[in-house]
Amino acid sequence: MNIAIALPEIFLTIAICLSLLIEPFLPTDKRRLISYLLIQTCLIITTLLVINTFPADKAWGLNNLYVRDDLGSLLKISILLVTMLAFVYARQYLQEKGLWKNEFFILILFSVLGMLVIASANHLLLIYLGLELLALALYALVAFSRDDSRATEAAMKYFVLGAIASGMLLYGISILYGITRGQLELSAIASYLSTQEVLNNIPLLFALVFIVGGIAFKFGTVPFHMWAPDVYQGAPTAVTLFLASVPKLAAFAMLMRVLGESLGAAQSGWSQLLLVMGLLSVTVGNLLAIAQFNLKRMFAYSTIAHMGFVLLAAMTGTLEGYSAGLFYTIIYALTSVGSFAILILLSHQGLDAETLNDLKGLNERHPWYAFLMLLLLFSMAGIPPMVGFYAKFSVIQAMLNTGYLWPAVFVVLMSVVGEFYYLRAIKMMYFDQPEKHPPQITYPMDFQIALTANGLLVLFLGLLPTGLIELCTQALVASLP
Amino acid sequence: MFDLPILSLLIWLPILGGLGVILFGRHLDSRLFALGITIISFFISLILLVQFNSASAEMQFQEKLTWVSSFNINYHLGVDGFSVPLIVLNSLITILVVIAAWEVIHYRITQYLAAFLVMEGIVNGVFMALDAVLFYILFEAMLIPLFLIIGIWGGKRRVYATLKFFLYTFFGSVFLLISLIYLYQVGGSFSITDMQKLPLAILPQTLIFLSFLLAFGVKIPMWPVHTWLPDAHVEAPTGGSVILAAITLKVGAYALIRLALPIVPDAAANLSSLVIFLSLTAVVYIGFVALVQQDMKKLIAYSSIAHMGFVTLGFFIIYQLNKDTSTAILAIQGGMVQMVSHGFISAALFLCIGILYDRMHTRDINAYGGVANKMPQFSAFFVLFAMANTGLPGTSGFVGEFFVILASFKANVWLAFLAATTLIIGAAYTLWLVKRVIFGEIKNAEVAQLTDISQREFGLLTILAAAVLFFGLWPEPVTDLMGASIEHLLTQALQTKCGGKMLGDCL
Repeated sequence: MNIAIALPEIFLTIAICLSLLIEPFLPTDKRRLISYLLIQTCLIITTLLVINTFPADKAWGLNNLYVRDDLGSLLKISILLVTMLAFVYARQYLQEKGLWKNEFFILILFSVLGMLVIASANHLLLIYLGLELLALALYALVAFSRDDSRATEAAMKYFVLGAIASGMLLYGISILYGITRGQLELSAIASYLSTQEVLNNIPLLFALVFIVGGIAFKFGTVPFHMWAPDVYQGAPTAVTLFLASVPKLAAFAMLMRVLGESLGAAQSGWSQLLLVMGLLSVTVGNLLAIAQFNLKRMFAYSTIAHMGFVLLAAMTGTLEGYSAGLFYTIIYALTSVGSFAILILLSHQGLDAETLNDLKGLNERHPWYAFLMLLLLFSMAGIPPMVGFYAKFSVIQAMLNTGYLWPAVFVVLMSVVGEFYYLRAIKMMYFDQPEKHPPQITYPMDFQIALTANGLLVLFLGLLPTGLIELCTQALVASLP
Repeated sequence: MFDLPILSLLIWLPILGGLGVILFGRHLDSRLFALGITIISFFISLILLVQFNSASAEMQFQEKLTWVSSFNINYHLGVDGFSVPLIVLNSLITILVVIAAWEVIHYRITQYLAAFLVMEGIVNGVFMALDAVLFYILFEAMLIPLFLIIGIWGGKRRVYATLKFFLYTFFGSVFLLISLIYLYQVGGSFSITDMQKLPLAILPQTLIFLSFLLAFGVKIPMWPVHTWLPDAHVEAPTGGSVILAAITLKVGAYALIRLALPIVPDAAANLSSLVIFLSLTAVVYIGFVALVQQDMKKLIAYSSIAHMGFVTLGFFIIYQLNKDTSTAILAIQGGMVQMVSHGFISAALFLCIGILYDRMHTRDINAYGGVANKMPQFSAFFVLFAMANTGLPGTSGFVGEFFVILASFKANVWLAFLAATTLIIGAAYTLWLVKRVIFGEIKNAEVAQLTDISQREFGLLTILAAAVLFFGLWPEPVTDLMGASIEHLLTQALQTKCGGKMLGDCL
């Protein structure tokens, strides 16, 4: 059985259940704080459990349902670390908004559990299971601010579209189940496919389309992007912060497990899908982001564009491309969580900072935070020496290496378009004066330290990116068949 | 003497100094601190100048560290005869910019100084980078401080100007990145010296050359992608204008020499007439545009474009000379001297305009008249720099233009004729500016209240005046410095890489 390979997940499950049980018995006045600290400790222990077996040889267990490899572990570590950051950022916001409830953390922990399962799944059904655990928790989180009609609307949209997407994924899986004569294990599908002529196998292509559609929904890439702006805007900022960053890592895990590992032999079939979706996402994301005045919507469209890059990296089907995609996703999660933290910072007394105007004069009020945001935005825009440059660089290099010259040219052109809205945000912070007299921002020390570390990390990784790039490449080398 | 990483010092001392200004700006006089850093880096650049062996065309003071091993990117620095004068120029001009800000900038002076220090380090890095990606990173990173300088301390339409500046230059350079990655795939190395040796077919050469031309042409700027420059200049604070004109414009021209001519010589030869056409358009047409400007800064901005036209003309006329190497050397020398000289002259003119603006808060030429009556010392300097701008013999402005015109004469009389019109057009717009601003009756009450330049301003202008006269009377130090490098460049730039019988003759 080899249960030990799922130790982090098992620990996290037990911890979630226990924290639900313990919470009512804590002293009322300090209940929230203690359970918050407990939950952070759980996450730290889970991370340590993952790190304990990283790097390690690839191992299977639980009747071959489960796999532990470096790719999974690296993604899990990133997921857990970014989640911890998200909790630190969310704390004061939740208190001011009256959302400081244990359920917020529990729901996020469940979705994290789902993501960990996806990262380690060796079976399509397990991937689906993890996906549903992730998605259901997220639907509830989006609607967490119950009396806010926009949040409810967003959750409704997310739920309906998400349900359709899971349906599509499941449909694709079921067709695959049929044509492989009852195989759902990733390696079994892979060995079946290696004997097939992919482009002539119509049922296989049919299944691919649905599976790719399901994955693309998680990434939020065109044409499955419609939910992103509304959900980002409607959800409380603390939820958007999490929603915009961490699940993308899980989506990448799903992409690698399903397309890279099990359907790798069918690369000629899905790469064109990813190429078209990637190019469309980069175009639509960047162009529509310009038209947004609401920062959350702007970030939603910018996310669409970023995820387009990830798809384009994965599209190449090479180790280099996968590694670029992994690197890009990790960097994206890190940058995105930081930028939303700035939005949280600007929100006060339960009022969300949402529009570009809220950024006005940030340099005047808080030069340090403005500087951190500057780093994050330039990183998103891909300007060296920030790490976002290397993320884009590695994707473009992977594309050129596989001969996609003109798509690469098109993508860099689109990133020039994208430049504009990041610069506009910087302009608001640095060149404009604040409109009214916004209150002084006071945030606890842990928030300040986390944000500072987050912002400087973007610069530091930009100056010395080797370590992380090597880590990504090695994890993939060790994990891919 | 090679144990001290002198090149890294020149990059990182100003950058770390810039961070230091921000961190400790509250506790000590940030202006003194910044001035100290710039003076130290200037001395280091002088050490570089003295120790540099001008007889060798090799890259000197090389430093090479593995940087991003997975992409095969190295932290590889080195200087030759083209980089050294520009590094010294950059270090000197930054000192002047810091002094020029002394009593003028009040709003967030620590950030202002930090931006210029970081800028100095990055630009030094651009002039030293021998790894293509390192070059690209520094080339792009340069945009960030300048974007902030124009945007924060600029004039009324600063947002428009700075966004236009950023997007224009960024648009130009993304194609550069694609070309560099392509070259890496063909040659397997990001080292610029390796790229220079790489044989290439004519089609890739042409595409790469066009991407280079776009990237660097925007920066120089060449007609017709010059329109960001007047806007940026008009809105930038004085220091920003000085750096923009004296330093960043040079980066584009330097990159042509470092990358375009040696890496894709055949395409450069085939398309040299295009570049010459663009350069002459800049010289003649932009000269006329300068003539009708009402804003002093705009006038000098257009005159900068016209003068940079001479630089590109000098670099590309070498392909029209039928392998006449001695004339080609003259042409490249002319271009390089013109770059250094324009660095001094444009810096001086923008400083002069800044001095007037600080007193009158307008740059409209019509608001001035008879300044000489109230500011005699200032007027003497201004007239000197104006003369240098028109290319009067004895000033540094003359040397470069003369060399380039001489070389074009060997290529084609009519090219030389068109280039030489600048002596008339340039004189027309500059002298007319002088006449309207400096001479004549005192025009209005504001002019009547002007006070002459302070000691600080006097010092600034004296340094620049000395440089202008020195290189005008004795340009040999500059030309000697780069002699070996020019010959090396010409062997690379005039040698076919595509396997044809002669340059540009490929299948």
